[in-house]
Amino acid sequence: MSRQVSSSDSAMRWATGFFRDRNRTIYTILLVGALLFPSIADITTGGEGNHLVSTAADAGVFVLLAIGLNIVVGFAGLLDLGYAAFFAIGAYTYGLLASGLLSGSPLHQEFHFPFWIMLFVAMGVAAAFGAILGAPTLRLRGDYLAIVTLGFGEIVPRIFRFLGAGSPIGNWTGGVNGIAAIDPPTLPFFLTGPWVGAPIQVVKPFDFSDPIAYPMDFYLLILILVVLSIFAVNNLQNSRLGRAWMAVREDEVAAAASGVNTVAIKLLAFSIGASFSGFAGCYYGAKLSTVGSENFEFIVSVTILIMVVLGGMGNIPGVIVGALTISFVNFYVLTNLPDYASSIASTIGLDFLNKSSGDWIGLHDEVQRLNYLIFGLILVVVMLLRPQGLFPSRIREQELEKGTAEEAVFDLREGSPE
Amino acid sequence: MLVVLLAPKAASDLSLFVQILVIGIANGAIYALIALGYTMVYGIIELINFAHGDVFTLGAFLSLPLLGAFGLTEGKSSGVSVYLALILIAAIVMLLTGTINVVIERVAYRPLRNAPRLAPLITAVGMSFILEGIMYFWRGASPIHYPDLIPNPRIPLLAGATIGLKDIIVIVVAIVLVILLTVFINGSKLGKAMRATAQDREAAQLMGIDINRTIAATFFIGAVLAGAGGVIFGLYFNSVRFDLGFGVGLFAFTAAVFGGIGNIQGAALGGLAIGLVQAFSNAYYQSALTDVWIFAILILVLVFRPTGLLGMQVPER
Amino acid sequence: MTAPETEQPTILALQGVTKRFGGLTAVGNASFEIKKGEIFALIGPNGAGKTTLFNTITGLYKPTAGQIIFQGRDVTGLKPYRIAHLGIARTFQQIRLFAYMSALDNVRIGEHSRMHAKLWDAVFKTGRARREEAKVTERAMELLEFVGIRQQAHNYARNLPYGHQRRLEIARALASDPRLLLLDEPAAGANPQEKRELMELVQKVRSQDITVLLIEHDMKVVMGISERIVVLDYGEKIAEGKPQEVRTNPRVIEAYLGKSA
Repeated sequence: MSRQVSSSDSAMRWATGFFRDRNRTIYTILLVGALLFPSIADITTGGEGNHLVSTAADAGVFVLLAIGLNIVVGFAGLLDLGYAAFFAIGAYTYGLLASGLLSGSPLHQEFHFPFWIMLFVAMGVAAAFGAILGAPTLRLRGDYLAIVTLGFGEIVPRIFRFLGAGSPIGNWTGGVNGIAAIDPPTLPFFLTGPWVGAPIQVVKPFDFSDPIAYPMDFYLLILILVVLSIFAVNNLQNSRLGRAWMAVREDEVAAAASGVNTVAIKLLAFSIGASFSGFAGCYYGAKLSTVGSENFEFIVSVTILIMVVLGGMGNIPGVIVGALTISFVNFYVLTNLPDYASSIASTIGLDFLNKSSGDWIGLHDEVQRLNYLIFGLILVVVMLLRPQGLFPSRIREQELEKGTAEEAVFDLREGSPE
Repeated sequence: MLVVLLAPKAASDLSLFVQILVIGIANGAIYALIALGYTMVYGIIELINFAHGDVFTLGAFLSLPLLGAFGLTEGKSSGVSVYLALILIAAIVMLLTGTINVVIERVAYRPLRNAPRLAPLITAVGMSFILEGIMYFWRGASPIHYPDLIPNPRIPLLAGATIGLKDIIVIVVAIVLVILLTVFINGSKLGKAMRATAQDREAAQLMGIDINRTIAATFFIGAVLAGAGGVIFGLYFNSVRFDLGFGVGLFAFTAAVFGGIGNIQGAALGGLAIGLVQAFSNAYYQSALTDVWIFAILILVLVFRPTGLLGMQVPER
Repeated sequence: MTAPETEQPTILALQGVTKRFGGLTAVGNASFEIKKGEIFALIGPNGAGKTTLFNTITGLYKPTAGQIIFQGRDVTGLKPYRIAHLGIARTFQQIRLFAYMSALDNVRIGEHSRMHAKLWDAVFKTGRARREEAKVTERAMELLEFVGIRQQAHNYARNLPYGHQRRLEIARALASDPRLLLLDEPAAGANPQEKRELMELVQKVRSQDITVLLIEHDMKVVMGISERIVVLDYGEKIAEGKPQEVRTNPRVIEAYLGKSA
């Protein structure tokens, strides 16, 4: 063996070093996958990939939400069961200030603020609500906080539903009908002004005008938002603040004795977590161009929590994988399973299964009826097989591999005050 | 504050007021039966058992074929034999839901007892989906009519208000069950084991208490009460749906927290309180905001009296 | 008092500190003063209220009555993190490390209150945040070196051997740059060799101009390193003085030494 160092050797060494960090590997795979996804979707469906791209953009929203909730649950160890409330607040903030709805309110004035500014406004409003809810309640022990957030999560959509036409104080939210015809984002003038020449033509008409026919622009937008968020949250995790969150999660008493203002730190986690939800809500409202209170029920909060826990609490790539997995199951597997089942049945000559007779309502509908059951089974089985989540943070995984979790020399968590 | 809100209403139409009171107490009795299961399970393993509400619905669903098997049909059956059959059916259903809940605990929660705290919470949500999924697959998504088997003659109360026989049955059954449970928890050996385990699991284990058996018993008893609640709900409201347990369960859980989670009498009282708030809000104020009031009360109670009305029995960790 | 220590200023003064839990008086009317730079021991039989007193000094409990004066400032009833900011650090009788964080991170948490990075700095990893992180990390490594477990920096706290966990807790406490260090039974569970090393470490801490208040059961450790001792029994102070004075005090012998030594 010669000891010559060729350039390909050093590249290899760099690559092995780079990929030894599992998180980097996951990020790289995810980014490449995300960039290639639209083309793959187009090829595999024979040019009909728009629907898949649009669905993927929706999944991106859930990735954002999961990253945000991970700050609260994974980093700071606070259980939030009403996270969708902040999502709703973000979406309604944009919906109200970028549609004609408020012309029907006692204000008699509609607003059309630009999306790009509203992204940050929605973030701020959600963060403010997070702080308002958190300030009196974060003193409470962990589970009580969970219950308070659950209550808040139930209240918010109901209030949005109530404050529609016919409410005692007028129509502020569109009530059960929600808000329709919300403005799509428009590219800022410095990108579209006459000095640019031809409009940007990288991907068809890049102007967010038609999310159904041309979902690419929304897909790219959410991809950029997700990437930016990952950078921000990664920095947060490795900062003074991130350390303090984890200290509070591990041992609140010891953290306080080490000089950490635990209430303020928890409030920040809660508020920053909420701001991500508001951010995601604003995008969601713009993409759907409509929001209704039914988009933000308890089940949404639970779904996001499932993404975080199933992916691997505290570990950002894990949480992203969790969000993508659950989105895939929810938006793709469960929606397509009935069709697959009936087409398989007809190809293998069991066509009679597809016809309804008596109590049998046909294979397609029967499978559709199984959706709840399948989703529940997936949750239970995955959690039983991987209690730490699919991709737990490094530390916990080491614990599992070494099998030391059960036989630690000293269980640090058992400290009592006296 | 409540008195200020309600006193003028009571004065203006006492009959209506009493009528609403009766509805509230009957509804509250059902919430109480379910709240007990939440509070017991939380008290012993600090798990918000999201599947509990669905065990309640399962109770109603399981009783439906039994009614047929016992030949009970609406409009045809009457007399004492109906009540005897119903008691027998309820007993079978309670045994079934209890057993099912023990199995759920064994399969979905016990293996995760030393896992991160949120893992069993997620399997609880998963079990909730599974139970709802089974009931959905079994009977579909539309509301199912539950036979109206109990005659409901109205017995006059004060000021022209009346109370139905059904109301009385619901309230009496709930009271009897709560008393039985209290006696059991305070008096029996198993009850003492439950309290000890709730206080300090390790210490209880050192004292020779079989933790697994005690926790399984807690799930069994909680589900027995929920199963009874399911049958009573069906007989009282005559309509059930596969996802009924979600909303009812959320209210019952609120009731458990309201009364002081881990506290048996607290859960009963909390259930009653939630039932009353719901009835009065529906009748006198915006019914669309009823749930908002209930959850707002929940938050306020937790902020200003975190231990609930009667204080909690869960030790601070 | 006529001892030469009086020349040193008082760093911590307890004036009639009382802590009751319901009907139980855990600490009753405790009054004593600790001079700057001394190693001061708090001893007493189990359940004498030593740890309760620690918890009261560090703000985990609010005293039922009495005052706690630290460096001339009334700190009675302040929040724990405020007291840590003011310069009182502590360890715990039953080790309370951040189990799922590295030893280095445990120490860096101790420096939390000395840091200034704001949210903005954290999100955008500004130059200021980077510089501060580098400084904090360097100091944390020095502290790990100081307590002798530098090699453990990147291991998770819960995987450290017991003796190292004790040392890590001290390093974390020192990271907040305290003027007064409260050690709650640092030698508990240690073997004689470890105890000797620990006594050296405590001496080393004191030589850094940090006053040490120590709870300890091991009489050898207590008599070996402390300059003055207060003895608590059933929450009340029954003796105070130099080790040899306390050792010969009949009340102490009756309440404490008579039982255990």
